Amino acid sequence: MMPQDLVPPVLSVRDLTVEFVTRRGTLRALDAISFDIARGEVLGVVGESGAGKSVTGSAIIGLIDPPGRIAGGEVVLSGERIDNLPPDAMRKVRGKRIGMIFQDPLTSLNPLYRISEQLIETIRTHTDLNAADARKRAIALLDEVGIPAPERRIDGYPHEFSGGMRQRVVIALALCAEPEFIIADEPTTALDVSVQAQIIALIKRLCKERGTSVMLVTHDMGVIAETADRVAVMYAGRIVEIGPVRDVVKQPLHPYAKGLMGAIPSLEGDAERLVQIPGAMPRLQAIPPGCAFNPRCEKAFARCHVERPELVQLGDRKVACHLYDQPQSSRDKAEIAA
Amino acid sequence: MSQGPAERPFVQVRDLRRIFDVSKPWLNRVLERAPRQYLKAVDGVSFDIRRGETFALVGESGSGKSTVARMVVGLLPPSDGTVSIAGISMNDVNVAQERQRLRRRIQMIFQDPYASLNPRWRVGRIIAEPIRAFGIVHGEADITGRVGELLTLVGLHPDDAGKFPHEFSGGQRQRIAIARALASNAEFIVCDEPTSALDVSVQAQILNLMRDLQQRFGLTYLFISHNLAVVRHMATRIGVMYLGRLVEVSEGKQLFSHPRHPYTRMLLDAVPDLAMVGKAREGVKGEIPNPISPPSGCTFHPRCPLVFERCRIESPPVIDGVACHAVNQGRIAAA
Repeated sequence: MMPQDLVPPVLSVRDLTVEFVTRRGTLRALDAISFDIARGEVLGVVGESGAGKSVTGSAIIGLIDPPGRIAGGEVVLSGERIDNLPPDAMRKVRGKRIGMIFQDPLTSLNPLYRISEQLIETIRTHTDLNAADARKRAIALLDEVGIPAPERRIDGYPHEFSGGMRQRVVIALALCAEPEFIIADEPTTALDVSVQAQIIALIKRLCKERGTSVMLVTHDMGVIAETADRVAVMYAGRIVEIGPVRDVVKQPLHPYAKGLMGAIPSLEGDAERLVQIPGAMPRLQAIPPGCAFNPRCEKAFARCHVERPELVQLGDRKVACHLYDQPQSSRDKAEIAA
Repeated sequence: MSQGPAERPFVQVRDLRRIFDVSKPWLNRVLERAPRQYLKAVDGVSFDIRRGETFALVGESGSGKSTVARMVVGLLPPSDGTVSIAGISMNDVNVAQERQRLRRRIQMIFQDPYASLNPRWRVGRIIAEPIRAFGIVHGEADITGRVGELLTLVGLHPDDAGKFPHEFSGGQRQRIAIARALASNAEFIVCDEPTSALDVSVQAQILNLMRDLQQRFGLTYLFISHNLAVVRHMATRIGVMYLGRLVEVSEGKQLFSHPRHPYTRMLLDAVPDLAMVGKAREGVKGEIPNPISPPSGCTFHPRCPLVFERCRIESPPVIDGVACHAVNQGRIAAA
């Protein structure tokens, strides 16, 4: 997107590589991925289980547990490199400058403490407000995320809230320190559709009002289509296509992205059969040489089996596929048109 | 509905109810003077399923769809109401023997393929279990042959019979569950969220497979899902459930082009869809109320934009496939 060229991005990830050292050898969960997120932008990250979506989030906030480790690359938050910070300094970044929203609101909240205690503790950790002011701020936050009668509800325990309301509390927790960047890892997966719609609307509104950037990790393309500005499609630890959500969802270029979009049953259209990608994502131990997608790709040719495609710029987006490597060939034009 | 008077529906569900006792333990009730509490998980649900069709039940969590599925297959006895399949009652003691023969024709596929396959059994034994239990094929060689056939049918290799479930991915396990369901020559398969634990590309494979098998063997499905897009893709007819009641029954695609009940409309508006890129959506109000103390009258009235006095008092009957006072009185135009 345009603002990136003028203003430095809020988050910039360069060649981030994460490896897990096991007895059977080193597994590469993330393989040199790079992307930027601009201020106020929502970047959707999609892919199937094991594609590396959640690992990306964990790596950014420095929560990769051994035997995993960041084996290379850098993470830059508003111009400051954060992937090599000592644990103490990183703990201050986490929560203060990067907020987190996880899938299951029950596991992000402590069931033994009142909502008020959890919010006030977080606020006081990251700001120098006194207890009374922190409580006022907590009530204001609950109000902002749409919890009715926050003065009364704030002293409730997590189990007294419904799933949707709990997720709102988690969002309020993430907002406590006014972070510049939020990682939302499957924030609506555990919720019903009608509640999911409310949470999506809330996240969108907060981005707009506060200018917070969001990395939205989900496997639900519908959620991405509605919420994100740009989307990155991941496959076997790499980004295979990244670009404006309109382009990637409506006219995906990478064969995997195409298959993924076609595989989703829609509320419109009349497909008798869904597009079927044969096989399944390779395990990390057995990522095929060349393009990781080549065994499942019907367009694969000789080069795909030996040479790994790099992300190349194509208009507003980037695609990692040999079909689009040489823009001069007529084949690509046909592909783009298709 | 367009049903010939001569042909009886394959599955008939009439006025099905299930009430769970969720009271506190006896001592607490005595000490706290708390009354017994009941949860009406399913409250008077009636529908028919025709032979060879896919009838889908959709609804949010807690709407009672899985409870209906369990009662239909006989895993859970209903508190009231009847289920009859192929003309045989599932709860009449007088037809116990006939029911026993009917049982093999009914199978179920569950949501979580990690939990529904015995991890200590080889796949061959899992699939052969119904074959042996119902005595469908005799002789080890023939059973092995039949297992191989079934595995091929669902897109696996006959040699996979020697492996354990943990050697397979989620999608492959769901294929094994389907093979097991087909092993007893089932005609009617109840699928409770068969693809919600799977990735989208694998989900597409399983849905396509289920459709192919339906066409090939004339299977009848009761398909439970919370995913409206999946239901639209699979279903011949769809029932929408809300708080234990069926609020709307409609022909498949028609539900999406002409939703009638206000809840159905709200639900359709809430689904994130690929077609929604960059579009603003209408807000959805509220959440499903606590089923232990559901609202009076029409249970949807606190969230309904078309609520009027009668909705708060009187529970609407199902008329012409919709249970809504506003629709019946013609207060909303057909969409």
